[in-house]
Amino acid sequence: MSIDAAAAFPREPLPDRVKGARATGWWGMVWLICTEAMLFASYFASWIFLSETIRAFGEEGGRYPPLGLPSLMTVLLASSSIAAWWGEKGIEKGDQGRLRLGLAIAWLLGAAFIVCQVIEYSHKSLGPDSGAYHSLFYTITTTHGVHLAAGLLMGAVVQLRAWLGHFTRERHLAVQNTVLYLHFVDGVWMVIFLLVYVSPHFWRR
Amino acid sequence: MMALLQTVTVPHPSTLDPRGPAAAREAALWWGMLAVATVIFILVLYLLLRPLFRRPLDGDTTPGEAMPHDVQRRWLVWAGAVMPAAVLFAVFIATLFTLAAVRMPPRAGDLTIEVIGHRWWWEVRYPGRGVVTADELHIPVGRPVRIRLSSDDVIHSFWVPQLAGKTDLIPGQSNDSWIQASQAGTYYGKCGEYCGRQHAHMSFAVVAQAPGDFDQWLMREAAGAPAAGDSGAVVGQKVFRDRGCAFCHAVRGTPYHGDVGPDLTHVASRRLLAGGSFDNTRGMLAGWIANPDVMKPGTLMPAVEMPGDELQALVDYLQTLK
Amino acid sequence: MSTIEAGPGVEERLKTSWEPPETLYFQLASVDHKKIGKRYLITAFIFLLVGGVEALLMRMQLSRPENTLLTPEQYDQLFTMHGVTMIFWYAAPILSGFGNYLVPLFIGSRDMAFPRLNAFSYWTFLLSGIVLYTGAVIGLAPDGGWFAYTPLTGPAFSPGLNLDFYAISLLFLTISTTAGAINFIVTIFKMRCPGMSMSRMPLALWSTLTMSFAVVFGMPPLTAALVFLELERRWNFHFFDPLSGSPLLWQHLFWIFGHPWVYVVILPATGLVSMMLPTFCRRPIVGHTYIVLATIATGMAGFGVWVHHMFATGIPVLSTTFFSAASLTVSIPSGIQIFGWLATIWHAKRHVWRTPFYFIVGFIVLFVIGGFSGVMTAAIPADWQETDTYFVVAHLHYVLIGINLFPVMAAFYYWLPKMTGRMLDERLGRWNFWVMFTGMNIAFFPMHVVGMLGMTRRIYTYPAHLGWTWLNQVETVGGFIFAAGVLIFVANYFISRKNGVHAGPDPWQASSLEWSVSSPPPAWNFSVIPAVASREPLWDGTDLLAGGGGDQRVLSHQKKTLGTSVLDAVPDSVLHMPEDTLYPLGLSIALTVLFYGLVFKSALVFAIGLLATFAAIVGWLWPKPGELPE
Repeated sequence: MSIDAAAAFPREPLPDRVKGARATGWWGMVWLICTEAMLFASYFASWIFLSETIRAFGEEGGRYPPLGLPSLMTVLLASSSIAAWWGEKGIEKGDQGRLRLGLAIAWLLGAAFIVCQVIEYSHKSLGPDSGAYHSLFYTITTTHGVHLAAGLLMGAVVQLRAWLGHFTRERHLAVQNTVLYLHFVDGVWMVIFLLVYVSPHFWRR
Repeated sequence: MMALLQTVTVPHPSTLDPRGPAAAREAALWWGMLAVATVIFILVLYLLLRPLFRRPLDGDTTPGEAMPHDVQRRWLVWAGAVMPAAVLFAVFIATLFTLAAVRMPPRAGDLTIEVIGHRWWWEVRYPGRGVVTADELHIPVGRPVRIRLSSDDVIHSFWVPQLAGKTDLIPGQSNDSWIQASQAGTYYGKCGEYCGRQHAHMSFAVVAQAPGDFDQWLMREAAGAPAAGDSGAVVGQKVFRDRGCAFCHAVRGTPYHGDVGPDLTHVASRRLLAGGSFDNTRGMLAGWIANPDVMKPGTLMPAVEMPGDELQALVDYLQTLK
Repeated sequence: MSTIEAGPGVEERLKTSWEPPETLYFQLASVDHKKIGKRYLITAFIFLLVGGVEALLMRMQLSRPENTLLTPEQYDQLFTMHGVTMIFWYAAPILSGFGNYLVPLFIGSRDMAFPRLNAFSYWTFLLSGIVLYTGAVIGLAPDGGWFAYTPLTGPAFSPGLNLDFYAISLLFLTISTTAGAINFIVTIFKMRCPGMSMSRMPLALWSTLTMSFAVVFGMPPLTAALVFLELERRWNFHFFDPLSGSPLLWQHLFWIFGHPWVYVVILPATGLVSMMLPTFCRRPIVGHTYIVLATIATGMAGFGVWVHHMFATGIPVLSTTFFSAASLTVSIPSGIQIFGWLATIWHAKRHVWRTPFYFIVGFIVLFVIGGFSGVMTAAIPADWQETDTYFVVAHLHYVLIGINLFPVMAAFYYWLPKMTGRMLDERLGRWNFWVMFTGMNIAFFPMHVVGMLGMTRRIYTYPAHLGWTWLNQVETVGGFIFAAGVLIFVANYFISRKNGVHAGPDPWQASSLEWSVSSPPPAWNFSVIPAVASREPLWDGTDLLAGGGGDQRVLSHQKKTLGTSVLDAVPDSVLHMPEDTLYPLGLSIALTVLFYGLVFKSALVFAIGLLATFAAIVGWLWPKPGELPE
């Protein structure tokens, strides 16, 4: 039998710093995101289960959840994702300035989102101890907020490293992973927005 | 603890000795599956052991070639997948038929009993009949009886092994089950779901009676408590009031309407005490009142300090509540 | 084609890069998968012994009706700790131990994909177990059963710290388990040696992969449930309390996690059996491809059957019927696997009667019995009688002891020689098997019967007149026999550690790559990364060192190993492996502080833990010199 695959070594030496699907670190981030996504999926399933089980599952007095501020927050996060993506594309072309600018804009938009969330909380009259609806509302949104904060911490470290010139066209796995994580956190928000804020306007009697 | 050595007088509660239609169907399904499992188990043992008792072909330990593909397919697809699938399909069909028979709810207008789970005793109510009792269900023989289950605290499970499988009592919702006994007798019932410290002592008795006897029982239970007649009982009734028993316990026909513990209107006529923990005898009753936490560690019934003569009078009174 | 030779100086260079001095610092800082694997095995085995002692205490209590050896409170704590210990801190971690030690050797790699994360997984596993047992030491062990049904475990009915130890130590453990699973997936995806395409992967890798996916996707519902439980217990949130939430939400979340978890603790063990059996039958496993498909199917189906734990909760009959059908279907992939093993034994070239083979044969018998009792509980009306009785206790012990512990015992006899360099004693090994097999059946078979006779589980005592006494006494005797069997193994280990026959690299004449290196293997595993041409690289007559690649398969400068493509294992990168470091241990300790702060409601301790956690993560991830562009 021939050792077919061993002959598949390329002629030139193998790269020793890789990114994307070649890098173990990228795969690690992908599976971390998968397991985090399942955590949020469990929250969402609980939300749906309780809204089917409990008669009084909703805002106080049967009101609809307000949509204004959450819509603005959605726009903030979507723009944050776009800015991060734009910065990442920059370093793929070797453009340090674009990387720094993109990461900075993404970071500021993410931080603005968290400020908005604090404002939103301060406008709510009922706390998480007032019933299953609010318990779950605060658990879901706060868990998301904490994930975003973790993403922003990663973003801050990566930003710092970008200024220290740690990244090149070939080597920027940390950027890639951080941006991927931010995309994930932003994507989760889109689901939260649809499920928690928008859907009651259609489903509630 | 001494008291626990006493026995509770109900017969062996084997699910394989069914005394009602639901349990009978369930047992039949169980035996059927056991028979199928036994046959396949013998087949597997044959396939496993026969090659092991064959003499080695040769002493050569060099590894052999992989088996040809058709052999692999024969074993894994035909024996490994198709055969189990056929057997499981049969099991599923049997399950569906049993389910259809067992899930059949009683006709409208049949007797309904409400059973409410408490840590660790059973509240039993006959709605519309004014009967409230504890740890003991009376049912007429040969008639399906709807059991409406709910819980006052944690999850319990209602189980009379010889009559029907379990249904949970879940706080915040109400579940229905039904039982039917095909012959008169006393059947053992037990909480099936772990519910805390005294889950072990949360049993009850189901008394299946001829319809006439059952109606008489209902009538007697619906009546209020007999007035305390002799002097001992009158003193005991005072103790009942003054020592705070009435905060938790009701005696219909008197001003005492506590609803935390079991209704005691006809406590003296019951077979069991304290969630089926022990027989209802004078000695047990006195011990239970004096030292509930010794008789049943963790019980929510508080110990009430009282002199011996008061205790005796209280027991005298309770014993009149037939 | 030429054969690659490890040239002059290669071994020395590898030694300098990979083998640290034997100091305490390097023990604590080690990221070597073999050390970590052995630590997992020892720690999980100690948890097995502890859980076993808990079980024996319960058996003593139940050996007489109305026994007063234990108080109800002690009994409730014991059965909870027994279940939690065995299911979470023994059954899965022992397989992680074998996986950690063996997976890189199976695939011809020098370490796991994330060695520091691997060390972190081990330390968090150990420390979360210590957090759990802190409760037991101060008399506040969890007492709500291993599945901790609400509302019994909520703030109203369990106000003590007991359930906080349960919820918080489990939350802590899920971090370890998830990190470990991701590590296995990436290792198996990216680090298989050249030639080991997906179709040539040994079966244990498939089962480890399936298990890891079950963890990645199945663990979060448990995390969610535990988070909800703690929020409800501590901060007055409402999820499960019947007035505002739903007690059944807990059951759904727990069992969506719980059933995949069953496969987490048995699938890797079946994979190990599929690796060992060909060795003792002198022929490749029959039906490799079908077994792969069956393994994956089992893992996936495990997500669709959770309601069979809830048949008695009053769920509408239509949906229970669906879940009944799904649960019956799960038996089909198990049937495929069993017939694969039966066929391998039937068509064996010859049978090599050594201890692992005994345990494998015993495993098949127990698997079949546990499988049948499983089918009998999937049939809803029968389940209404069986659920929460000793019938279920018997079923789950046949499954967990039969499909986890028996393969684990076989694996110890099989792979310990690789780890220690010495064979275990064969005569003691047979005693070990027969005593355990006999004890197992005496202890657990009567439980089927006593369950059908009406004995519910989790009762600390029973009255004499119900007819359960003699069966319980038989079970207790069986339990002690079984425990004696486990002790024979412990004795055998210590005796053979000193006096065992030297194993040599390949004592079993087996087919997979771990047997191509010395016993125990060098710190770097392979001086030359092997290349394989079939599923049985040591049986197919090819030279593992042949093929291209040259120096790129030696990689003796610095700590390096080879990265390959996911499907075909074509070399695509050189991977730099991290040096030994204290950050994993530091991060685990920081998290321990954080979780202790949560248990004991100390904001200060929690905050210290949080800051330390943050510092440890940044320190860990900050690039080391040499990782930066010049």
